[in-house]
Amino acid sequence: MPRETQVDKQTSAGSHAKPAFLFVYLLLGTAFGVVLTRSEVLSWFRIQEMFHFQSFRMYGIIGSAIATAALSIAVLKLLGVKSATGAPISIPRKELGSGARYALGGTIFGLGWALTGACPGPLFALIGNGVSVMIIAVLSALAGTWIYAILRPKLPH
Amino acid sequence: MLSPLRCGICARAAVRESPDRMSNWLTAPWPWYVAGPLIGLFVPALLITGNKVFGISSNLRHLCSALIPGKLEFFRHDWKDAGLWNLVFLLGVLVGGFLAAHVGTQHDIAISAGTKLVLTQMGVHDLSGVAPREIFSWHALLTLRGFVSIVGGGFVVGFGTAYAGGCTSGHAISGLANFELPSLIAVFGFFAGGLAATWFILPHLL
Repeated sequence: MPRETQVDKQTSAGSHAKPAFLFVYLLLGTAFGVVLTRSEVLSWFRIQEMFHFQSFRMYGIIGSAIATAALSIAVLKLLGVKSATGAPISIPRKELGSGARYALGGTIFGLGWALTGACPGPLFALIGNGVSVMIIAVLSALAGTWIYAILRPKLPH
Repeated sequence: MLSPLRCGICARAAVRESPDRMSNWLTAPWPWYVAGPLIGLFVPALLITGNKVFGISSNLRHLCSALIPGKLEFFRHDWKDAGLWNLVFLLGVLVGGFLAAHVGTQHDIAISAGTKLVLTQMGVHDLSGVAPREIFSWHALLTLRGFVSIVGGGFVVGFGTAYAGGCTSGHAISGLANFELPSLIAVFGFFAGGLAATWFILPHLL
């Protein structure tokens, strides 16, 4: 099978940190930025519409994205596809713990999702779209990450 | 208002059938059933490229580790090994946003009439662009609603995603597609928080 020969070649080419691979990630990221813009999921207006339950659009996008991803993972596993670096494909499972970090952290992020009208990917795509003030939102998000790192030992996880 | 749904579909079909439709799909907003599956395909694309799990918010941690690690244990991880690929992906997101915004004419976001009404009643009058300029501009940064939305909102995005260990991409898409309970809990949280801010904070803020 042609795919397998290609995979073998790239395995011998070495690790994922090679510039050629980084270039692939750059291209994929660029494609994602285009998709975020054309799908309008980076728009504060669309997020408001979603949280007011006034359009199916965002639910359709998120739902079909999950379905496509789930189906793809199932197919990759079924075919035993290896990654281009030669590593077998595996998705590490998240630890549940008490579940508090997911419930609390998730809710806190949700507040920010509605307030900024964007999740982390769209924040960066918005800067690309010319909403340059979102640089401040990103800096503030870094501050939030930093404060979390300080409080981490005291927070329930 | 005889049959609004049908009229809507006709109007959109008419746009697609216009003479310059070849370039139209590049600049027009994509329907949900195109956009959603395309977003989903980033999961297998990253797995195939390097066994990487699609998720954007871990980049905030990588950026902190690279720029301002301090002495915090959370930032003492090898960000180059764990996250260089993702930071490069994120750089691409910025570039992609720029490219998409500069190809062809930009459309205003065609939100529903109901949402327009709600937003106008809440005090948002300029519905052009991807985000309301009255809130998301350098002018508005130091107004109450601008500051809370940009600085406050950004802060809880960073805090919340670090605490939850993921955002819409890592939990809602990668996590749910992998049938993970932690991600399901997180996604319930995303919507609980989002609904709370939309229904209880924004009406007072905007």
